[in-house]
Amino acid sequence: MSRRYFASPFIVWIAAGTVIPLIMIAYYGFTDRSGAFTIENVVSIMGAEHAQALWLALLLALISTAICFVLAFPLALILKDSRLGTKGFMIFIFVLPMWMNFLLRTMAWQVILERGGIINGILTGLGLPALDIINTPAAIVLGMVYDFLPFMVLPIYNTVMKIDNSLIEAAYDLGATKGKVLRSIILPLSVPGIASGITMVFVPALTTFVISNMLGGGKINLIGNIIEQEFTTSSNWNLGSGLSLVMMIFIVLSMALLSRLDKNGEASLI
Amino acid sequence: MAGSLIELRNIHKSFEDTVVLEDFNLTVNENEFITLLGPSGCGKTTTLRIVGGFETPDKGSVYFEGKDITAVPPNQRHINTVFQKYALFPHMNVEQNIAFGLKISGKTDQYIKDKVAYALNLVNLKGYEKRKITQLSGGQQQRIAMARAIVNEPKVLLLDEPLGALDLKLRQDMEYELIRLKNELGITFIYVTHDQEEALTMSDKVVVMNNGIIQQMGTPEQIYNEPENAFVADFIGDSNIIDAVMVEDKVVRICDRIFPCIDTGFGNNRPVDVVIRPEDLIIGKPGEGQLDGVVSHNVFIGVHYEMEIEAGGFTWLAQNTTSYPVGTEVSLSVIPENIQIMHKPQRKDEEAIEIDV
Repeated sequence: MSRRYFASPFIVWIAAGTVIPLIMIAYYGFTDRSGAFTIENVVSIMGAEHAQALWLALLLALISTAICFVLAFPLALILKDSRLGTKGFMIFIFVLPMWMNFLLRTMAWQVILERGGIINGILTGLGLPALDIINTPAAIVLGMVYDFLPFMVLPIYNTVMKIDNSLIEAAYDLGATKGKVLRSIILPLSVPGIASGITMVFVPALTTFVISNMLGGGKINLIGNIIEQEFTTSSNWNLGSGLSLVMMIFIVLSMALLSRLDKNGEASLI
Repeated sequence: MAGSLIELRNIHKSFEDTVVLEDFNLTVNENEFITLLGPSGCGKTTTLRIVGGFETPDKGSVYFEGKDITAVPPNQRHINTVFQKYALFPHMNVEQNIAFGLKISGKTDQYIKDKVAYALNLVNLKGYEKRKITQLSGGQQQRIAMARAIVNEPKVLLLDEPLGALDLKLRQDMEYELIRLKNELGITFIYVTHDQEEALTMSDKVVVMNNGIIQQMGTPEQIYNEPENAFVADFIGDSNIIDAVMVEDKVVRICDRIFPCIDTGFGNNRPVDVVIRPEDLIIGKPGEGQLDGVVSHNVFIGVHYEMEIEAGGFTWLAQNTTSYPVGTEVSLSVIPENIQIMHKPQRKDEEAIEIDV
């Protein structure tokens, strides 16, 4: 009976950290400044500016997630076959940036990519024309990939490492080529890790406003930027909350879709 | 006499600094059930993996039907394997597992369907096509692994301790099943185990290995009845291994008594090892046998009583269906045919295994 008391701090935590904020966002989202009920805040996602920001955010998040996957999956396969020491070291290297401040990392890219930055310095030094990378969607995607890659690498690495080597040997034994082993054995068995990697990259990429602020120069608005501006510069908490609710629907939908892939719930987040 | 199917010639293999196989030579004949038997780390699994193509020998060659296949990858060898932990694909059902190899070789759907049904019938799991792998017991998984390997009609089936994870009763059933399968299919089985009973029950030929070296090769009867060194004698069943002196042909001195035996050609007054199986010791009344002694230990183990008898300065292990209580004075004798003379070990790997207590 006294065991139950141990759970009480967590109940407080859940209430203060999850339930109450959610209720407040829902309250603000469905009311106007006077406190009267309205669905206008939510419906305003259909407006040209908001819809475009959402569309761009979805597109950039999808592209970054895809790039992260294309980088992380082969890496996991290479690591699976390498020696134990090499494995640990490589994973350490890939996860290392995570230990640095997120803002600092993004700011570093600003310095590298800007007009008079390091890349253009090298290019002009070689007599090549300078590039306009900073303040483009490409710069934002680059920042997202750099910041979120470890979140794709770790879950995929974990599931790929768990695949029993004898399964792969059994497939070769039955005549499978390398490609067939990859398609029929390794890929399907990595699905739980891939699903959780995609979730962990796609969700923060979809909602980010810091990366788009710093590498988009404030000219490119993603849905995250719009929401942020509603809360800060426009002080319209109602509209900000309404748009947040729409975002939550997208996130819950994408996670629900992905969790269906991870039937055993091995790496599931919801 | 069937011709040779697989030949391993002068195989050397080491991992890091550990030598696993040293100048290893082995010929496997067609339609033979051959067992590689030895303690863990003796190189038996490595040998199997070299035949399967999962390991490449550092030196030496593997021949299959007279052709050098040392460099041929496993997916191009006409050999299939039943893995130690079955290695069934967990994301596929029974049918998909069994059909995996057939689909790769491009067989028609009807052929695959018939073949899967045939294989399931053969391993006594008719109607299990749609079952998930996780729904199967260990014994059933073992059968599916067999079915998955044999539908491809390999010339050789490699089995890596396939019964290791099963309980005793199931293991004994599967031993008979494997013999039946081998006879029905008419293919060569190369079987790896550390269990001497499995090896003796199923094999046409047993290869006893230790430290990467073949200690003895022969029929189960030869291995059991005429072990060539202390290691083989000790590994295959219980045995009394005693220091002795070969006085002359057919005469050996054990515990300072003269025993008649049937072995010849060991020279005169040469130190030898003698093996006497515990069930071959005849227990009688004091003074009526070749050695007198006292029972110091007595355990009932089911089929018979296992006793330790102190006689002539040696503790003899004896098995008998009659119980002689601890303290009983008895005599021991053994008929000449049951005294097996062996050369003293020349190398470390020929010695009996030391078990630290």
